[in-house]
Amino acid sequence: MDKKVLIEKVNQVLAEEFETDIEKITPDANIKKTLELDSLSLVDMIALIDNEFGVKIDNTELPKIQTFQALYDYLEEKTK
Amino acid sequence: MKRVVITGLGIYSCLGKTLDEVRDSLYSGKSGIVFDQERKDMGFRSALTAKLEVPDLKSELSRSQRAFMPEQAKYAFWATRDALLQAGIDQDYLDSHDVGLIYGNDSSADPTVRAVDTIREKKDTTLCGSGAIFQSMNSTVTMNLGCIFHLKGINLTISAACASGSHSIGLGSLLIQNGLQDLIVCGGAQEVNPFSIGSFDGISAFSTRENEPTKASRPFDRDRDGLVPGGGAATVIIEEYEHAVKRGAHILAEIVGWGFSSNGDHISSPNVEGPTKSLEHAIKRAGIDIREVGYINAHATSTHIGDTNEAKAIYNVFGDQRVEVTSTKSQTGHEMWMAGASEIVYSMLMMKNGFIGANLNFENPDEDSAKLLIPAKRVEKKFDMFLSNSFGFGGTNSTLIIKDWK
Repeated sequence: MDKKVLIEKVNQVLAEEFETDIEKITPDANIKKTLELDSLSLVDMIALIDNEFGVKIDNTELPKIQTFQALYDYLEEKTK
Repeated sequence: MKRVVITGLGIYSCLGKTLDEVRDSLYSGKSGIVFDQERKDMGFRSALTAKLEVPDLKSELSRSQRAFMPEQAKYAFWATRDALLQAGIDQDYLDSHDVGLIYGNDSSADPTVRAVDTIREKKDTTLCGSGAIFQSMNSTVTMNLGCIFHLKGINLTISAACASGSHSIGLGSLLIQNGLQDLIVCGGAQEVNPFSIGSFDGISAFSTRENEPTKASRPFDRDRDGLVPGGGAATVIIEEYEHAVKRGAHILAEIVGWGFSSNGDHISSPNVEGPTKSLEHAIKRAGIDIREVGYINAHATSTHIGDTNEAKAIYNVFGDQRVEVTSTKSQTGHEMWMAGASEIVYSMLMMKNGFIGANLNFENPDEDSAKLLIPAKRVEKKFDMFLSNSFGFGGTNSTLIIKDWK
């Protein structure tokens, strides 16, 4: 998937699922703060990413994915 | 013993989403039963069901609140919100008092099945999502409502099959009578999805009159051939009398008797002795003369053995003291875990509005129902006391007696 398309899709599904203004999703923004995720809704994000992109975020990788940019890069790598 | 009164009602059912809508449906004899092609395609023996849409609560509850709610919790939220409003209870009151919550619910199949499907397919439990565990538990309704409304008194789910809703009100009234709680949110909720009743369909308990959906649920009729599943939620706010007076609440009715029993017999076939004992127990505890009862809301689900044995039990207790007996399940189908609470709401609406809705499809009596006074058409009648039966699998029986408050 083209990275621009991937970014647009990530932003769109996250904004919709977590009912967040898509304008607030910027590459450097913190995912948890922007989407107001707690430990439970973080699980929903993992399930959502798996459903939409066929990528299961590994538990050991999760702490490294703090920003949306990190998420885009992770997905780009996994969907190559 | 303290007196227990009802100060609020709320309902979400196939007959309507407000008390006024449901009253009108009861009055006009509307049926909420339809044929559901999805069930037929899934291999159901009977595709008949009550029709309900899941309410969209996006404007009222946050995403994280909704994530933990299966459909029946959403129905229960709707009913409880409306019942609290009628009772004049606002969030300030809930925040500053120990309000209890006892609600009937005995399954949550849809989220359970979906979670199991995910585990089997993905072989990864994380992918079930965060809501699955909270949606799957039998106590899902009370855990959700307790958190949403910030309730701080007793918090308990009653799982007693098709008597769950009735037992919730009975048990709640017992706590109030003994001074342990001043106000309790009681009720019953029932999911309406194919997974929840697929195995129930499998034991040939449902009517197969698929060509005539609105005629399929026919309690007490000679030609009944099984029940039709339904659902939704109903909430009944019960309160200690002095407490209600002190806060200036509008009292709707008084719970004067609760009777209960267990058949200790067959798991699915009810007997006569157990229900009879439940009726007698309720009447004795209420300390009333049976001539005071102006209406009996029967459990009758439209099954052969169930309706027959309930008719015998009612006749055992009331004998030739004939009083109108109907089953509102002729309109709603069997609302199961919800039924004991919803049928209090239905009966209250009829009592407050001076009528007894028709027992739909009662065309020919059988030997036992012929001994009862079962109106096939609506009766305009003022009455100020009714009795409501609820019986469930495993032989659990509950009977409530409610007196009007004027």
